[in-house]
Amino acid sequence: MTRKHILAFALAAGALAAPISLHSKPQPKCATGSGKAQTANAQGANAPQDQGQKIFDRNCSRCHNAPEGFSPRISGTIVRHMRTRANLSEQDEKELLKFFNP
Amino acid sequence: MLSAISRFLHFKLTVWPRILVLGLAVAFAGRSGTAQDTPLISGGGGFLTSTNGGNTTYLPIIEPLIAAPLGRHLLVESRAALLETFTPNTSLKGGYDASFFAGLTYLQGDIKATPHLTVVAGSFLIPFNTYNERLSPIWIGNFQDGPLILNLGTLSTGTGVGGELRGSAVDRDSYSITYAGFFSARSGNEQFNSERSFGGQSSLYLHRARLEGGLSYDRSLQGMQENFYGGHIWWEPKDTGFRLRGEGARGHHAQGYWFEADYRLQRFGGPDSWIGRFEPVFRMQQTFRRDKIVSDGLPLENTQRADFGFDYNLPHNWRILTSYSRQFSATDNRNIWETGIVYRFLFPAWKGKMH
Repeated sequence: MTRKHILAFALAAGALAAPISLHSKPQPKCATGSGKAQTANAQGANAPQDQGQKIFDRNCSRCHNAPEGFSPRISGTIVRHMRTRANLSEQDEKELLKFFNP
Repeated sequence: MLSAISRFLHFKLTVWPRILVLGLAVAFAGRSGTAQDTPLISGGGGFLTSTNGGNTTYLPIIEPLIAAPLGRHLLVESRAALLETFTPNTSLKGGYDASFFAGLTYLQGDIKATPHLTVVAGSFLIPFNTYNERLSPIWIGNFQDGPLILNLGTLSTGTGVGGELRGSAVDRDSYSITYAGFFSARSGNEQFNSERSFGGQSSLYLHRARLEGGLSYDRSLQGMQENFYGGHIWWEPKDTGFRLRGEGARGHHAQGYWFEADYRLQRFGGPDSWIGRFEPVFRMQQTFRRDKIVSDGLPLENTQRADFGFDYNLPHNWRILTSYSRQFSATDNRNIWETGIVYRFLFPAWKGKMH
């Protein structure tokens, strides 16, 4: 192991330490949509939300981490993009849009 | 200096017109879009380092993605890559050589034809196995570099120019079946290079078991006219933070597989606790040459590689990727160390009003 490797890992370790010291509050369990979806979910709200959550888990979060919130103005565009990428059916597309905009 | 100027002119003359066209599409999209259909800019940026066989390469990279709905049925989307590679100069003068690259990864129009069919036209990612379409963006992959068999079935460039039909064939409570079929023309265009080819993919996903399996096939219709066969399996048990993914591919001259297991330590205080953000990753891969005809970009000798990674998911869409790999082959064995930090962004292309 050369000095370069040690330096690279030291930098990574430093970067890891930063969030530990700065971490003040836990993030919402499912960071999606405009924030409203998260609240509704946290309250164990209604069936359409549960269905939307299922579709989100089934199609989106299997590949990537959920982004930490986004503007509701692009929720429709995201769903249309995911329709192609994840081969969503039209029904799933509708449920997902509802989930992002409860 | 001269090379810098020529690089700039090349970028200006080849990439900017395409970006301009895309920009116009976005502008028009703004006029026709509804409240939730504002065009978006997403993607990732990062700084990656890789030490391979003792040489360290530095790679600042940005991969922007733009998606713009045009009316109710059409979405135009594109992803680009802009990167500068700093590689050590092994001659006596020492120092680093820099090379700049900018190019569109894909540029496609998605037309919603029926509830179960999307027609894609333009330059698209080849739907073969899972890595190329799902895991290749830098803000998604657990390792900086793709698997060794990535080139098998993705037809040299990973993109096709032509058309694709895809969608959800069946969607029930307990399972779903998806499909994709494409035809690509031969294109020598610098930005949209592709092989004349056709192929397709289908996968079955069992919702309760969280298990997906799929098969892929494609055929190059030029040069050696090879067939490629692929299969993938993903298993992601519910609420465990564990994921197991694997792929195998076979061509005329080589074959191989990879599988990757990752485990997010979310059982210790949830996925957003400081320890729950750690994500150990392991990947094993092997390639086998069936003959010495090189047409697929796989290593020239049978190769085994084990990758041990340790990722950390920082708050606010930052991610640190570190890994150590040991690669064995008949010609040489080597260590590969990689570290990097990646940021994922996602925002509207402009400020708009909610109705």
